[in-house]
Amino acid sequence: MSETLLRTEGLTVVFGGLVALSGLDLEIRRGEIVGLIGPNGAGKTTAFNAITGVVQPSSGRIFLGEEDITARPAPKIAAKGIARTFQQIRLYDDLTVIENVMVAGHSSVRYTFLEAVTGLGRFSADEKRISEYAEYLLELMGLSDVISAKASALPYGRQRKLEIARALALRPTVLLLDEPVAGMNPMETKGFADLLRRLHRELNLTIGLIDHDMGFVMNVCHKIKVIDHGVPIAWGTPNEIRTDQKVIAAYLGTAA
Amino acid sequence: MDTAFVIQQLIFGITLGCLYSLIAIGYTMVYGVIRLINFAHGDLLMVAAYIGFFGIVIYHLPWPVAFGISILLTAALGILIDRGAYKPLRDSPRISALITAIGVSFLLENLGIVIIGGRPKSFPRPSLFEGDLQFDQLILPYLSLWVLGITVMLLTLVLLIVHRTRVGMAMRALSRDFETVRLMGVDVDRVISFTFVLGSSLAAVGGIFWCMKYPAVEPFMGVIPGLKAFVAAVLGGIGSVSGAALGGLLLGLAEVLIVAIQPEWSGYRDAVAFTILIAILLTRPTGIMGEELPK
Amino acid sequence: MTRDRILTAAAVGILLAFLWFADRTFSAYSIRILNTIAIFSIVAVTYNLINGVTGQFSLGPNAFIAIGSYTSALLTLSPQEKAASFIIDPIVWPLSVISVSFPVSLIAAGVLAGLIAFLISVPVFRVRGDYLAIVTLGFGEVMQVITNNAVSITNGPLGLKGLYPHTTLWWSWGLCIFTIICTVRLVNSSYGRAMKAVREDETAAEAMGIDAFWTKTLAFTFSAFFAGVAGGLLAHLITTISPSLFTFFLTFNLLIIIVVGGLGSTTGALIGAVLFAWGGEALRVVEEPFTLFGYDLPGIPGMRMVIFSAILILTMIFARSGIMGRREFSWQAAIDLGSTLLQRIRRT
Repeated sequence: MSETLLRTEGLTVVFGGLVALSGLDLEIRRGEIVGLIGPNGAGKTTAFNAITGVVQPSSGRIFLGEEDITARPAPKIAAKGIARTFQQIRLYDDLTVIENVMVAGHSSVRYTFLEAVTGLGRFSADEKRISEYAEYLLELMGLSDVISAKASALPYGRQRKLEIARALALRPTVLLLDEPVAGMNPMETKGFADLLRRLHRELNLTIGLIDHDMGFVMNVCHKIKVIDHGVPIAWGTPNEIRTDQKVIAAYLGTAA
Repeated sequence: MDTAFVIQQLIFGITLGCLYSLIAIGYTMVYGVIRLINFAHGDLLMVAAYIGFFGIVIYHLPWPVAFGISILLTAALGILIDRGAYKPLRDSPRISALITAIGVSFLLENLGIVIIGGRPKSFPRPSLFEGDLQFDQLILPYLSLWVLGITVMLLTLVLLIVHRTRVGMAMRALSRDFETVRLMGVDVDRVISFTFVLGSSLAAVGGIFWCMKYPAVEPFMGVIPGLKAFVAAVLGGIGSVSGAALGGLLLGLAEVLIVAIQPEWSGYRDAVAFTILIAILLTRPTGIMGEELPK
Repeated sequence: MTRDRILTAAAVGILLAFLWFADRTFSAYSIRILNTIAIFSIVAVTYNLINGVTGQFSLGPNAFIAIGSYTSALLTLSPQEKAASFIIDPIVWPLSVISVSFPVSLIAAGVLAGLIAFLISVPVFRVRGDYLAIVTLGFGEVMQVITNNAVSITNGPLGLKGLYPHTTLWWSWGLCIFTIICTVRLVNSSYGRAMKAVREDETAAEAMGIDAFWTKTLAFTFSAFFAGVAGGLLAHLITTISPSLFTFFLTFNLLIIIVVGGLGSTTGALIGAVLFAWGGEALRVVEEPFTLFGYDLPGIPGMRMVIFSAILILTMIFARSGIMGRREFSWQAAIDLGSTLLQRIRRT
């Protein structure tokens, strides 16, 4: 068995008396694709926000490898190798596609501010490295043809892909995807599942993802965690989850 | 330092504080409803003072008539500014409206110079507000009593409007969730106009009394009181009417007392407000009575 | 690209030749306008870095220009001159004995302004948006109060007089070109991309490993440094400084420049600065008695500012992106524009 990369222990988030997430224990091992599912308002995005430092957990711990990263500032967590996408796409709208991706290379920049202003030292080599890697990622995501377009000019589906390319530019050890196929039709979803598997293989990624599309989640994930109203209710392989009575009750319960 | 001196300073502080409060209430109401620091709010003081001055000195109107006209016209100007300059930017980034507000402020000040000239004019104080009560060494100017009385009266009136009337309810709802209220079919523009009327009228009253206390009317007279009133609104908790009144009172007292205790600091009096502002934002950005700080 | 480098070098060459020509033949009045353009450009380009590129709405450049002006002026005046002009309160030691060369004073001006910006970043960047505007405006007001009252340092409302007019076209334009090069390089580096990312979406920027606070502080400090240098140039151009030069009014002028030029565009800031300095002089006629269609009209003091304020309001309402939007000058775009124009002329 491979080592555990990302682990949460009793992760709890409370907003002004409202419990958004309660006691989440999550474990993602190196190389796994783990799904986090649950009905609307179950606390999935809150979990991602707490892990990436966007919101402060009320209690519980988060570990990346052996290191405790609980409540560290968001940029520190990102630089340590947890990259994410957002449920509502959050690109830098007015920047070009390649600039969006290159922004994520900032934490790997070795040249100093003075080298930037003078254009001396490591500046050129570093810029070349960052832009070449951005071009490689954009090619991987099939966005090579729109490299200098403004991000806001892309259609929805390609904006989603750009967000992933941007996250990958952090060279993450763990990639968290928040509803990557939301708004896609079944054809697009299938294409995306293939793409995700390819990325997983080519870049040796470890992935955590949230989605409502059960077919997609069951299809790509190795393990699935189910939460309902902030409380974890099940954990297992897609097959185990499919037959779990509590999961069925939670979904039917909210549907009825 | 004897008791009489302290009481005397408190009287001066409360008077100044009441004036700040009158201006701050309008500031805070407009901010609460459209989330805009209405830079031109302070300049309404100046406009009101000029109208009062012209009414009395040039047109020889009885002062209650002149002041009434001044308040009405200033309120109308408030609506005009909102409709002309701010409404077209309601859906743009908030900074755009802020830049426009700074522009409106400079426009009013320089129109003042163009139309009337930059030389300060002496504001006539009606005899009703002249004179003072004397107890031993203690001086209690009638003007201070008037300012206090009118501030308390207007504050009560505004609180009644905000909490007891339909339009007040709409104002409070707008400050919580602009979009939803708009979708619910409330005539948002009317509510905003009403807010401007109320806020501008208070600024006009503040301006008139300001000039009776410091009787020099000039185009830039509203800048500093306006900025300080904004600080008072932040101190009290922006969006809260009673907070603004309290903030104004505290700021007035702070300014007067600091100078009373350390007379050699009198030159630094105008820095007090901004030092307080930075201190609040560092420690309690929501102010004394405020809710959350808007993002 | 080689072509662009050659064209840029040629353009700088032409500018230098023009300055050499202007220096020898232009009237003192015209030279002063050229100097003013360069100084306003320095401030506008770097003010745009914090307001337009990083998206943090500061209203405090007047404070940093004041710090730079006073620092530089106090450092170049000789001890005798200082002793003579500080008549209310004698000047404090060690300012009373120090006297350095003009270039050193400019560096000191920039460094002190930058240092103060760096120090106040902690309280300033705890807030955003319009609160940031008010806090920086408040800082400007506090500086105003200090320059008026710290008489043994600033000589109070009397100001400092009789500075040597060190600021020549070479100094002002040389530093202007230097500022533009530094700023453009910074904007096109990873630091510049980080600034733009913070402007576009702070949360998403932080999620990509960008420390928003440091990024803002860098832009703010950089901007203050050059505002300080520009202040030093300004002091030695007009040779007399007093607190009334550095009121919020100065910031308002800079705001018009970057808004009309296009918030976020360095090119726009430059165009805005040139238009403002030149337009400000051209509009002087409305404040002096003039003749229009045979009628003698009296000058109207304050009219220029009415026009400028109206321009600012109208720009915000009807043309919010200003002249350049967020676009920048590029030789390719200039060549394309030129050839399109040429074709149109040929066709007609």
